[in-house]
Amino acid sequence: MKNQSLKFLQKSKKHLLETWMSNQMEDQALREDLMSNDELRNQSDELLTALLKTLNSDNIDNTQSKDFEQVSGILSDISVSRARHGFSPRETAQFVLSLKQALTQTLEKEYTDDPKVLLDSYIAINKLIDSLNIITFETFIKGREEVIIRQTDEMNEISTPVIRVWEGVVALPIIGTLDSMRTQIVMENLLQEIVNTGSTIAILDISGVPAVDSLVAQHLLKTVSATRLMGAECIISGIRPEIAQTIVHLGIDLSHIKTKASLASALKLAFSMLNVEVKRVEKNRQNNG
Amino acid sequence: MIVMTKESLQILKEQDVILFRNRVKEFATKIGMSLLNQTKLITAASELVRNMLKYANGGVVILEIIGKDRVTGIRLTFTDKGPGIADIRLAMKDGYSTGKSLGLGLPGAKRLVNEFDIKSEVGKGTTVTIIRWKNGI
Repeated sequence: MKNQSLKFLQKSKKHLLETWMSNQMEDQALREDLMSNDELRNQSDELLTALLKTLNSDNIDNTQSKDFEQVSGILSDISVSRARHGFSPRETAQFVLSLKQALTQTLEKEYTDDPKVLLDSYIAINKLIDSLNIITFETFIKGREEVIIRQTDEMNEISTPVIRVWEGVVALPIIGTLDSMRTQIVMENLLQEIVNTGSTIAILDISGVPAVDSLVAQHLLKTVSATRLMGAECIISGIRPEIAQTIVHLGIDLSHIKTKASLASALKLAFSMLNVEVKRVEKNRQNNG
Repeated sequence: MIVMTKESLQILKEQDVILFRNRVKEFATKIGMSLLNQTKLITAASELVRNMLKYANGGVVILEIIGKDRVTGIRLTFTDKGPGIADIRLAMKDGYSTGKSLGLGLPGAKRLVNEFDIKSEVGKGTTVTIIRWKNGI
């Protein structure tokens, strides 16, 4: 692209911004609910200013060059924030693509008499905006992935609560699949809680584990061994009939571990180990009175 | 034998295991498999898919609903391009493992399904095929 047409674009920045804004306003995909028009104008202004300042006839073909660091930085920030705010990919891509329209419209008006310059700048602008659009895309997806990673972490955190059910008894209901990372979290939480509460019995409830394969069983066995090393006894509860049969067919030996079908029976076992008895009290006094 | 539904899934990371297991469950529910047989199939599938990830860094699974003599069932074919198994007889023995696990994956999976077939070539990869019939014991 010739210097002449670039200079012209830089001069008509104000006009460009207006055209771009009105293009964005007309678009069906405008999300006034997610972002105010003022904010949109600020974003657009910032990007356009940086872009026009950066552009010269040497670097327009190469958006990977150092000159474009500022532009791609701004663009990344915009698309990451859009990803977090819940914009769709289409809406985010439209933001950059509508700039292309504004640029070409402005050039078209100026160079109607000079088709050669017009075509030349047209091609350059197309290439430029396309590569900017790729940056938007990449960072948009990265923004989304960060959201997913954060959610996974949160899920791991909240899904392993250790509950103190009785003096000296803690229970840990496991929900979902036990992979290596979760086992680590489960084990850490459980062992820490055994120390904190001075418990001697830990109940691991696996009612919420969909399938017990040999890896899950191995993780369970490790957790039980670690609990024993801490001087506490471990009971595994919530073994469903189909899981029991599957474990037998797989050939996993859990016979040296105390297992129960339900959390209630595990708690009962825990009580008898602690020499605690739960009795129903006859409400004689009430009847007499 | 007729194939009624066919689908293939790429397994490349640990998250794919859960997705794959849910897909197997959907297939099993679709043909009305009992809960016990479902659990057996899913557990066997889980063992094999984990092996694939651990030793071969992933591979492809083909899920099929098949019919034979008025019985329906599910056939799963696990194909990887990993190092292969040198001694299949040894690998099928209870408690044998090259990877510090319990060594129950392959023999356990075999006990959990109706038909089990394994082919492996060192340096080329391994293919395991399992079938669980809807009401098979």
